Amino acid sequence: MSEAMGAGDKLVVENATKYYDTKSGPLHAVDNFSMSVAEGGFTCVVGPSGCGKTTLLWCMAGLHDLTGGTVKIDGETVTGPHPQVGMIFQEANLLPWRTLTKNILLPFEIKRQKPDLDHIDRLLDRVGLSGFGNKFPRELSGGMQQRVAIVRALSFNPSVLLMDEPFGALDAFTRDEMNLLVEEIWLETHKTIVFITHNITEAVFLSDRIFVMSARPGRLVKIFDISFARPRSLDLLATKEVFDLVNEIKAEIEHAPSQGAGGPQPTTVKGDRAHG
Amino acid sequence: MADKQLGDKIPEFGKRQAGGGQAGGLSDMSGFGGGTGARTFWEIVAIVMVAVCVIGGTEIAVRVMEVPQYVMPPPSAIFMALITDFEFIGPHLVHTLIELFSGYTIGAATGLLLAAIITQFPFAEKIVAPYVLMLVTTPMLALVPLLILRFGFGYEPRIIAVALASGPMVMINAATGFRRVDLAKIALARSFGATTFQIFTKIRVPMALPMIIVGLMIGAIFGLLTAVGAEMVGGGFGLGNRLTTFSATLQMPQFFAVVVVLSILGILIYVAFFLIGKKWASWQA
Repeated sequence: MSEAMGAGDKLVVENATKYYDTKSGPLHAVDNFSMSVAEGGFTCVVGPSGCGKTTLLWCMAGLHDLTGGTVKIDGETVTGPHPQVGMIFQEANLLPWRTLTKNILLPFEIKRQKPDLDHIDRLLDRVGLSGFGNKFPRELSGGMQQRVAIVRALSFNPSVLLMDEPFGALDAFTRDEMNLLVEEIWLETHKTIVFITHNITEAVFLSDRIFVMSARPGRLVKIFDISFARPRSLDLLATKEVFDLVNEIKAEIEHAPSQGAGGPQPTTVKGDRAHG
Repeated sequence: MADKQLGDKIPEFGKRQAGGGQAGGLSDMSGFGGGTGARTFWEIVAIVMVAVCVIGGTEIAVRVMEVPQYVMPPPSAIFMALITDFEFIGPHLVHTLIELFSGYTIGAATGLLLAAIITQFPFAEKIVAPYVLMLVTTPMLALVPLLILRFGFGYEPRIIAVALASGPMVMINAATGFRRVDLAKIALARSFGATTFQIFTKIRVPMALPMIIVGLMIGAIFGLLTAVGAEMVGGGFGLGNRLTTFSATLQMPQFFAVVVVLSILGILIYVAFFLIGKKWASWQA
């Protein structure tokens, strides 16, 4: 928890605590969670379902207010949606009444900016979707839709990408494909990425650093630095190092003390070993 | 013969859909064109034949069984009345359309506006809901005699009745549409820094549009119903008034000619909204 803050830290979360008001009383979602993300780093937050990962990410994006603590981007406290942040959501979250091009142009409409159409064309080409601009989301597979969401998030060139379990709904093969694509794009663009997932293998494959979160209320359990060489290949996932690391992280989650403030706590926390 | 021809076309039609590649584009396109032609042709044949059977059958049945004209005039007589007596129907159609358009415009606009405002404030919605429900469930025709007492036999009572009938229908459906909140889509817009107004125009309105279109269609059909009903209650003009007049004077071919005009009007309303829905709400399918 005593994470030393370096000068190159792009995004810093300090003692983040979040309660939701619900009909059955306050729900303690995140508890005193601190993390820092280096400029250009790829960071994952893993934890069991419902542990407050998404809450934490939405607070980083300025979509929710923290009950306590602060989020800082470039040293400035986040109080609302930040222009330097691009978000990628669970499932693709495309607007079904808009064509792909119109979906990608949405941020520019809202920000009242002139879109860089060449840049968007290049991005579409990069994710293998050039020529699909006039299609509607329902005409595409889940993986293709999520590629469009990636293009939409990159279109206005944010320096931070916040990804909220983006590939959770995809089948294992498509997920592998998307993970490779995300790593490639990250290596090309050097965005600062915070990636939320409950899939430990995915987290190990993608990140430089993993923050492990306990079951609700979400607390920081441990930090793992992942130092496999880049670019990583899928063969890496079959190695013993990865296997051991995944099990170690899983054990950390399962043995995290869960002194519940609100609601019943699950006695065992299931990791997600099916994927990967 | 016909069956065999259809049977030959369908697989080609299917193949074109599955293929869709550029290599076989030309030949597949011609296959598609031929398929559509045959399908449409036989569809038209079937539709025309059924129509001929229904109308011709009625004509024959009415004549053979010597049904008295005040019960059911033969279709040919209705058709003739529609043409020869249209000068007695046309002006009344215009009156009905004026009432429908004015009342509907007022009612639909008010209904849409109220739905948009009220769904933003759940508390206000709770207060207004019982009254809206009352307006939806009470036949507005019941108010027409009262409105006539106050406003006389002109357009006013009818326009008010149409507005009162169509407005709540539009409102209740539009409100259902506006209440469909998708938190993720709103969060998406917010993440780009969208204002409340931008979220309304870029997310809430498009999401509500399919329900709004349904509401507008139901409202228009209820408006037509109420306009004709109000005309039957009092006042010397409008298609509803023609219905009461023609039936009182036993001019049954003319009476049925008015019924035909009314059903064409209703079908036109339906088709118009069907096409609007196809254009603006097809993403939902």
